Amino acid sequence: MSELTLGRAAVDRDRLLRLLQDYGVYLGVAVLLLVNIAFTPHFLSAENFRTQAVQVAPVLIVALGMALAIGSEGVDLSVGSVMALATSLISLYLGYGAWIALIAALVGGVLVGVANGALVAFIGVQPIVATLALMVAGRGLALVLLPQLKDVRDPGLRSLGTGDVLGIPYLVLIAAALALLVAFVVRRTTFGRQLLAIGDSRPAAQLAGLPVRRVLVLVYVLSGALAAVAGVLATARLTASDPTSLGNLMELSAITAVVVGGTPLTGGRVRIGGTVAGAVLIQLLTATLIKHDLPPSWTQIAQAVVIVLAVYAARERGKR
Amino acid sequence: MTMTDVETAPPAGPRHDEPLGATRAERLSALAQQHGALVTLVIAVIAASLSFDTFLTGDNLENMALSSAFLAVVALGMTFVIVTGGIDLSVGSLFALGGVLAAWGSQYGTVVALLLPLAVCGLIGLVNGLLIARSRLAPFIVTLAAMLGARGILLAVTDEGSTTYLVDKSTFFASLGQEKLLGVGVPVWITLALFVLGAVVLRRTRFGQYVYAVGGNEDAAALMGAPVARTKIGVYTVSGLCAGLAGALNAAWLVSGVTILGSGMELEAISAVVIGGTLLTGGFGFISGSLVGVLLLKVIQNVINQIGSLDSAYQQVVSGAFLAVVVIAQTWLGRRRRVL
Repeated sequence: MSELTLGRAAVDRDRLLRLLQDYGVYLGVAVLLLVNIAFTPHFLSAENFRTQAVQVAPVLIVALGMALAIGSEGVDLSVGSVMALATSLISLYLGYGAWIALIAALVGGVLVGVANGALVAFIGVQPIVATLALMVAGRGLALVLLPQLKDVRDPGLRSLGTGDVLGIPYLVLIAAALALLVAFVVRRTTFGRQLLAIGDSRPAAQLAGLPVRRVLVLVYVLSGALAAVAGVLATARLTASDPTSLGNLMELSAITAVVVGGTPLTGGRVRIGGTVAGAVLIQLLTATLIKHDLPPSWTQIAQAVVIVLAVYAARERGKR
Repeated sequence: MTMTDVETAPPAGPRHDEPLGATRAERLSALAQQHGALVTLVIAVIAASLSFDTFLTGDNLENMALSSAFLAVVALGMTFVIVTGGIDLSVGSLFALGGVLAAWGSQYGTVVALLLPLAVCGLIGLVNGLLIARSRLAPFIVTLAAMLGARGILLAVTDEGSTTYLVDKSTFFASLGQEKLLGVGVPVWITLALFVLGAVVLRRTRFGQYVYAVGGNEDAAALMGAPVARTKIGVYTVSGLCAGLAGALNAAWLVSGVTILGSGMELEAISAVVIGGTLLTGGFGFISGSLVGVLLLKVIQNVINQIGSLDSAYQQVVSGAFLAVVVIAQTWLGRRRRVL
């Protein structure tokens, strides 16, 4: 409305800004790809792309759940610990067969999600604190169940982690399928609509008669389940269970991917395409710095700058 | 409606006076919220000293006091931030960075060893505050980025974590961490002094009143003429300074700048503040509670360590569960007070 009173130049700048906010992450990915193709030796090889894609898959899967949590105006800090819990449960139940182990890991993730969701939806605890408690307790529980690193020697899991179809690794296919599924859920299902409405304004959603509590619990259950899947896939790829370090700082990477992808922290909007691009962007950025022999300290500082820039760019939209 | 207004914007400091017509249940809830942590601490200490002969020994108490001191200084700064309704996730990294800078600076004298970490960590806190208050970015994401960035700076100044700077034991700076005064370590005295100072600042100064006002209701505070942005910038700077100082003192105690410290410390500090009765929604809280919260966490950790058969993983399970219980109780008490 106020745009009517603005000058033409201002409107154009406004539109440009909005375009940049919506598609900046894709631009970033394109720029990084071009820079790497031009300056990084051996970048344009199928092998390299496969390595990058396999590394990004678990982060992306966790980020999908995180996008749902952030879309509901929450956040899920427990995802890294859920990955650790999943890997412990796999080692613990592998004796009963791979499928039982997989189900146990998923159940673990779902249970953490139920606890998070109950704290947030029924008790009214802020998502940061509720999931913080589960983050601390979850990692501890994972270590109680499996005190140290253990090899996972299961042919089925090994082929899940390292096998491929027509040159595309299973990990990447699963991540892509889950991304499509979550995008469908957000855009085309009642649950997706309700989730966005709650993220927009929880009181309004409540007044409109939406099942706020049920939807919120489901959001955290999905986030926990997706994190557990990521934990299973990471275990399969590493062919080892390491509850001490698996998933460390994963919540950070996932939040970064979601935020860089243009999902506002204020809730009410979820961009799955952007989240995928955000995860790829962070992976490419890290790979670029490593391949050019820049030390890890630079990677961390660069990642910090990218986060701040992304949130700064998304700031205007949050106000609208 | 008037009740809610009183709730969310206390005039200054924690309320001890309940509004007229407060029911007994309401007063009890308020009391539980303010002193619940202290009561729990007393019970925990009594139970621990009855169960373990080794609990109430000089050595054990000294260890607990020292290991509490550094976390307590971090929690002190965090209290200011949380009372404004914000959060600071960068303190763990700043603690480690402060320690490394202090150890490096100690070769140029005590002044450099103390001022360098304060300057750098204070500056990072200031940048956090500017981004949060002026650019209106979400506190948790800004300080998350600072957590990464500060860890990156730490790696950059220590040759990617491979260099550990040592503190010469004969220097005055080392004595700040090593010496004892009346049988109690110097860091403990410094921590106590800082808590007195912090409590005075939060409750008796204009800045402290603004901190409560901003946390209670930001818009109302702005309408009253409180400098909202400056107050927020102030609290994040204070938090950065506290984390840096705690790191420096810790380096003096360990006589080296250990690079791998501080991860997970932000969680411990937040837990301590919340357990101490400060509300994460802002506007309500007190400095002494955070000290009690830190002590309670450390007593629980100590007890779990004393039970030899339990390894430290149980410590995390118990800490997490305890945090959840406290938050549930607080939310319940808070709701009760508002509904009644």
